[in-house]
Amino acid sequence: MSPRFKIGDRVCVRADDHEGHHRTPAYLKGKSGVVVKKFGAWRNPEELAYGKPGLPKQPLYMVKFEMDGVWAGNGTYAKRDTVTADLYEHWLEPDGDRQTGSGT
Amino acid sequence: MTHDDHGDEHHDHDHGHPHDHGPFQPDLKEPSEDWEFLEIALRELLIDKGVITAREVEDKIEEWDGKVPENGAKVVARAWLDPAFKKRLLADGNKAVAELGFEFPGLKLVVIENTSKVHNVIVCTLCSCYPRALLGLPPLWYKSREYRSRTVREPRAVLREFGTDLADSVEVRVVDSTADCRFLVLPRRPDGTDGWNEEHLAKLVTRDSMIGTALALTPQGERSS
Repeated sequence: MSPRFKIGDRVCVRADDHEGHHRTPAYLKGKSGVVVKKFGAWRNPEELAYGKPGLPKQPLYMVKFEMDGVWAGNGTYAKRDTVTADLYEHWLEPDGDRQTGSGT
Repeated sequence: MTHDDHGDEHHDHDHGHPHDHGPFQPDLKEPSEDWEFLEIALRELLIDKGVITAREVEDKIEEWDGKVPENGAKVVARAWLDPAFKKRLLADGNKAVAELGFEFPGLKLVVIENTSKVHNVIVCTLCSCYPRALLGLPPLWYKSREYRSRTVREPRAVLREFGTDLADSVEVRVVDSTADCRFLVLPRRPDGTDGWNEEHLAKLVTRDSMIGTALALTPQGERSS
């Protein structure tokens, strides 16, 4: 499975609920960020947790979010602070309106 | 304490020892949770059936107790001294630390560098993922709900509680370890350490500086903020 996103792409985390084990933190659901690293493909933990093979493997990305985009002022951070999370591809959608060229 | 310290009424007790034991330290907590009973039952069954031995269990515990933050400190000091090693470490953590004899089977080790512009701090909001092969078992606070929930939301407040007060011009980047990677922070090398050897430098690399809740120590061995 070739990765759908590249470094620098704007992505949005799916806002869906999920029954059972998953590795997408609730505080990032529905939030928009930028792909900053690609970590290859891994077996899907949502299946592995229940003894299933977790195939096909899911590409894994480090996505960076601006703190203010996540918490909208309701936290203790400085303007430029950020948070990253590692997210599997099936939790990400293109955030097409805001493509950027830089992933640093 | 002798029996002579006791009043006569104590001598009526049928088990014949003094009751005034003084303050005892409570024993370790007895198992009470389902998962604790499950662990004991499973371990005893595996031993009874000859799948593993009690000694192997103890050896594994000792092996994990032997993984200490000094391992990570050695990696950091090497990276400070050897630019080619640092480049390899940032490009492929697993491969680079294998040069020093450390292994991360099944996980991807990602080393992230703190600079004058970006300060990384690691948290695992979903559980307690931690680069155990290099830092040992995580401290209790790392696994606490408070650290896990607050660090992503009020990182500056949490860092200040660790004595780490960074200028607003520095980007604090909270790295939430949500998947198959394990993160190690490469802290900034303290000023005033030119000419130091690896062993000497490693003593400035604290566990917290490799989690990102603190900076490396000063050349005098003090905390810096």
